[in-house]
Amino acid sequence: MEQYSEKVMEHFRNPKNVGEIPDADGVGRVGNPTCGDIMELYIKVDKGIIKDARFKTFGCGAAIASSSMVTELVKGKTLEEAEKISNKAVIEALDGLPPVKRHCSVLAEEALKKAIEDYKNRQKDV
Amino acid sequence: MRVYLDNNATTPLAEEVKKEMADSAGIFGNASSMHKDGMLSRNLLEKARQKVSSGLGCSPDELIFTGCGTESDNIAIQGFLRGTDKKHIITSKIEHPAVLNVFKYLHNNGYEVTYLDVDEYGAVDPELLAGALRKDTALVSIMTANNEIGTIQPVKEISERIREYSKDIVFHTDAVQGFGKTDIDVKKMGVDMMSVSAHKINGPKGVGALFIRKGVKIKPVFIGGHHERGLRPGTENVQGIAGFGKAVEIAMAGMKEKNEKTGRLRDKLKEGIIRSIPNIKINGHPETVLPNTLNVSFRDVEGESIIMMLDMEGISVSTGSACTSGTLEASHVLLSIGLDHASAQGSVRFSLGVYNNEQEIGYVLEKLPGIISRLRDMSPLAKKSECK
Ligand SMILES: Cc1ncc(COP(=O)(O)O)c(C=O)c1O
Ligand code: FES
Repeated sequence: MEQYSEKVMEHFRNPKNVGEIPDADGVGRVGNPTCGDIMELYIKVDKGIIKDARFKTFGCGAAIASSSMVTELVKGKTLEEAEKISNKAVIEALDGLPPVKRHCSVLAEEALKKAIEDYKNRQKDV
Repeated sequence: MRVYLDNNATTPLAEEVKKEMADSAGIFGNASSMHKDGMLSRNLLEKARQKVSSGLGCSPDELIFTGCGTESDNIAIQGFLRGTDKKHIITSKIEHPAVLNVFKYLHNNGYEVTYLDVDEYGAVDPELLAGALRKDTALVSIMTANNEIGTIQPVKEISERIREYSKDIVFHTDAVQGFGKTDIDVKKMGVDMMSVSAHKINGPKGVGALFIRKGVKIKPVFIGGHHERGLRPGTENVQGIAGFGKAVEIAMAGMKEKNEKTGRLRDKLKEGIIRSIPNIKINGHPETVLPNTLNVSFRDVEGESIIMMLDMEGISVSTGSACTSGTLEASHVLLSIGLDHASAQGSVRFSLGVYNNEQEIGYVLEKLPGIISRLRDMSPLAKKSECK
């Protein structure tokens, strides 16, 4: 198996923010075309700031750790700041991912972008 | 506590094998040399050849030692094809990469390949194979037993169909997983070539063997000296080969009883999982299956995370084959037996060995349900689906 960093293992062992937010303001669901893994990200937004973020993931260790990390990274951020979080930032925060597992963090970036997009669309509708 | 249930990937060295290898460590001569030092090595080599060939049911001069199972497969398939002009070859869709990727390579280099489908249990239908045989068929390669799901192929029936059609088509079987875990006899099975590997039967890594029936002509794939009839040139790994001989000797002694014991433990694990975890599927043949192998799909969870969590509890298992877990694609074996992508990704292979015991299986059954339910709580799929 790939060698994961201690940070990845920490987030895999005790993932933060697992679950759904029933009254979420935005939801992003993405699939990874390479491996078929799936991630769902829920956000709660108040006055342009992400107050809460939760996830559900069907995926490898790196996908679970990336999900956990991205929810930690976005909490308390403005939407503008959150939109700028790339998979590279997730990888850095995890102290790196093995090369074959870098794409797993893309799942986290895309789920986040989708959740923000979903939030914005919902704002337009009202 | 560490529980090792990944014996289809590799096995621990048997104590007797360690001793044999330690005893032979001081014998360093080149087995090709004429002097006393060379002779001592040659004696070890031939003693081991005797043991391994007796395990396969062939005569010692029908057996060459190789560097591993993969090498045996390559020498058998590529070596035979180098001596014939026929361009059609047949294999199954669930072979180990050591065979399948050789066929893909040949496919890209001018050969016509038939990749046989398997049924939902991973078995090749001998009739289907019979229908694929052609005038220009050079070789058929079908594994004895599958490394991921343990299904045992009807090798004897396949051989009969081939012989009915033609006496010239060569039949190779990769018995790397079957050897030691099911009855092996090259004559009864009717095969022309058979690959085996030491490290799957509590022998050392980096040693394999290839049976080549008398009369079957193969050309070298590696070019060099005269060792192993010029088919595997290079100074022999005498110490490893001596260890292989010992491993075969002890594997053959009381094999039936040992496999019955392993089978009982495997069944205990299987029944325990069925009893305590909902939404699972057992993959592989219910009866004609290796006694040590259990492949299970846990619906809605992904294999790697199961393995990592089991590892944290001291339990070693794997998803599919160790060789394919470096890739991201779902197992070709599980997709070939009709699993959907998610079930294939959520599969775990438990492969027992001669050293496992009741207590270890009990420990796994204690830890596994909690791990699966924890991962299901984390999974976006768990709320919707039923196990197919
Ligand atoms: C069916 C099968 N064939 C071939 C091999 C390769 O054997 P080796 O590791 O000795 O090259 C393996 C082992 O992974 C196997 O399971
Ligand atoms: S391998 Fe699929 S997300 Fe990592």
